[in-house]
Amino acid sequence: MPIKSYIVHPIKGQKEALLIALRNLTQCEVIPAENQNVLALVTDTSNQKEEELLIEQIDTISSLQSLSLVSGFNTTHN
Amino acid sequence: MYKSETTRRNFIKKMAMLSAMTAAASMFPGILFASEQENGIPQDANLDWKKGPCRFCGVGCGILVGTENGKAVAVKGDPNSSVNKGLLCVKGYHQIMCIQSKDRLTHALVKKNGTYVQTPINEALDIVANKMKETITAHGKDAVAMYTSGQSTIPEGYIASKLMKGAIGTNNLDCNARLCMASAVAGFLTTFGADEPMGCYEDIDHADYFVTWGNNMAEMHPVLFSRMLEQKSRRGAKIIDFATRTTRSSTASDTSILFEPQTDLAIANAICYEIIKNGWVNNSFVEKHCSFSKGRTQMGYGLEDSYKFVDKPEKIDFEAYKEFLKDYSPEKVSNYAKVTVKDIKYLAAIYGDPNKKVVSYWCMGMNQHTRGTWMNNLVYNIHLLTGKISQPGNGPFSLTGQPSACGTAREVGTFTHKLPHGVVMNKKDREMAAKIWKVPVEKIPSKPTYHATEMFRAVDRGAIKFIWTQATNPLVSLPKTSRYRPAMEKKSCFVVVSDVFPTPTSDVADVILPASWHIEKSGLYGNSERRTQHWNKMVEGPGETMDDAWMFIEVAKRMGYGDLFPYSKENHVEEIYNEYRQFHEGAKHGMAPLEVLKKESGAIWPYVNGKSTQWRFNAQYDPACSNGEDFHFYGKPDGKAVIWQRPFEEAPEKPDQEYPFWLNTGRVIEHWHTGSMTRRIPVLHQAMPNAYVEFHPDDAKSLGIRNKERIKITSRRGSCILPASINERGLPTKGQVFVPFFDENMLINDVTLDAFCPISKEPDYKKCAVKVEKV
Repeated sequence: MPIKSYIVHPIKGQKEALLIALRNLTQCEVIPAENQNVLALVTDTSNQKEEELLIEQIDTISSLQSLSLVSGFNTTHN
Repeated sequence: MYKSETTRRNFIKKMAMLSAMTAAASMFPGILFASEQENGIPQDANLDWKKGPCRFCGVGCGILVGTENGKAVAVKGDPNSSVNKGLLCVKGYHQIMCIQSKDRLTHALVKKNGTYVQTPINEALDIVANKMKETITAHGKDAVAMYTSGQSTIPEGYIASKLMKGAIGTNNLDCNARLCMASAVAGFLTTFGADEPMGCYEDIDHADYFVTWGNNMAEMHPVLFSRMLEQKSRRGAKIIDFATRTTRSSTASDTSILFEPQTDLAIANAICYEIIKNGWVNNSFVEKHCSFSKGRTQMGYGLEDSYKFVDKPEKIDFEAYKEFLKDYSPEKVSNYAKVTVKDIKYLAAIYGDPNKKVVSYWCMGMNQHTRGTWMNNLVYNIHLLTGKISQPGNGPFSLTGQPSACGTAREVGTFTHKLPHGVVMNKKDREMAAKIWKVPVEKIPSKPTYHATEMFRAVDRGAIKFIWTQATNPLVSLPKTSRYRPAMEKKSCFVVVSDVFPTPTSDVADVILPASWHIEKSGLYGNSERRTQHWNKMVEGPGETMDDAWMFIEVAKRMGYGDLFPYSKENHVEEIYNEYRQFHEGAKHGMAPLEVLKKESGAIWPYVNGKSTQWRFNAQYDPACSNGEDFHFYGKPDGKAVIWQRPFEEAPEKPDQEYPFWLNTGRVIEHWHTGSMTRRIPVLHQAMPNAYVEFHPDDAKSLGIRNKERIKITSRRGSCILPASINERGLPTKGQVFVPFFDENMLINDVTLDAFCPISKEPDYKKCAVKVEKV
């Protein structure tokens, strides 16, 4: 049951669009930086397969420039 | 957002988010994630938002605390605060998580036969008062001492001063701001005759250049640094980082210049040399508004007990000052400062350009210095020679480390030599205090006694037999704790500790008093820009916790001083503040009325005719200016600021064959000072769980040291074992190691030296000699 965090870089001028797109994905929690063109993202999925599918889905977002993995945890739901 | 019953999975998600934010901070120093404040607040929550200042650091960000059913559940930045404009740093928005820590001190503990016994608070206060009285009767009033904090509120500091100096009649009162701000105070007083910065944070919006002197603002003052970065991005303002270690601030700056420890004294003089040589002096400003002086040199370093020093200022003229500076040409200084001639000239040219506005910022790098007062004087010299002072975007600005180092320690005056107005040595100041306190003037002693380091030496010598500390953790934060921990364990001294959490200091206490955390009481803090901020009590504290001011009042009553402390439990904060305001009446330091502070997110003193004074000494902004000129340095009798002739002198201890490395100590963004609060905030603790020792990669390679290997750091005073850190958070220069001091399990202050500035008495935590070995 992976929990992973990423730094997400939007295409210039499309930070808000990327924020909305990510917030529409139920497995994502996203926090935009106040003063930089970057967002912090945490994904919470049931298994590795679901995580991979989610990342594939995120990769299709047109306002996304790049996604950098920061940390990964594997745990069980409470 | 911060419920105590956070699930493990939610906690891991928070950790993951914090990891991402921390990683982002390493790529973009000064980055802020303000929305984090809102994240996790239940959509249907019916929160009552109450305003106050942040508990951590001296910036004084405004916070809004969301309470629900009597519990603090959320924090966000106060958008109405001009300090932070709604932003907070990682410590700020997690701050309330510590107050429900499982090991919170909720009841008084009294040591009986070597064991702490939970005791009703009234009984514990009886013990404290009786012990104080007995000690005074048996050994005299100077056998009791109090050591307070820049985290104490203004009313708490005021009552501590009134109890010790007015009621008991001893100057045995000092505070932990001695360890962080005393050199700034002494610098301001010797140069301007008036403490605290003349400018304000709005300078950031006007300056073309920010020169940071030994100051890692990206980690220590992140909200202000973020404001600087915004100006860099928006207007092209430049940040020049001038330091002994490469930090997150360095990497975000336009230019990073590194210098050999202690040589900042010489470089500042070299900048002045260049300013004069190149004709960049603002002659009319200097002629009208400055005088020149020199003081004693070769003062020593206070390493011996009962060390005394009195400066002997002597007037000189501009020509004599120019002659003195001939030893400080960039070419000469470059030889030992390890800074290129080009870089020294570059710095001088920034200050010397009449069309550029420059703000200098500093904090511990300049203040924790055996010549800290001189260093402060020297940066003022640069601004005075060029006339770049007391104007929007132009000025020297010392930042504080604690939320009320200015408001409480410096303005109320919880130092041995201070009174709420002026100093104990001045008869008029004693008379004013005696009148307001309603005590005979003879009661207030005219001689200072022990500053912080000397106070704990006196405990060790057995001269102090009772000490009461509040909101501070000296057995982690003092230099050379290898001496002062055993001193405090001696049976010759009765130790009382008031605090929120157990600490290594409370571990040696005879009585532990459970203190309220800041939002569990009403209070006032004063920040770095002379801004006084009030807050109302937001939640009830647990158990029998009590605010420090009320503890003092209860003890005062038990000691027979009840008539001097006629405050009510319900309104004592208001009553004390209104009494305290009398000390500062007038245009030079008038404090805002409480009703204003209750409504607004702080006001800057001098508060005159309903208005804050943003730039002191400038007739355009400061109603206290009365000489008919553009500027008036009214703190000095002749209305002139002093340009001081201060030489370079070596540090008391330098690397040698046996101890070949400089040791520099400091802080990290995740933790507040000794970590007693932030290490109880799980996400902060997990993000930075322990201290470490940073090496330059070349030094690590030559010693065969790899990351995480256990390293023993040893000085002539003690040793400490920590994991190695190479190319991680910061990068010391070759021949230097750096250790953060927040970790009570890795006490680096067992290793540091208790040398101090002879004028300010502030210790130097940035320079001593150590050896390193793998264990």
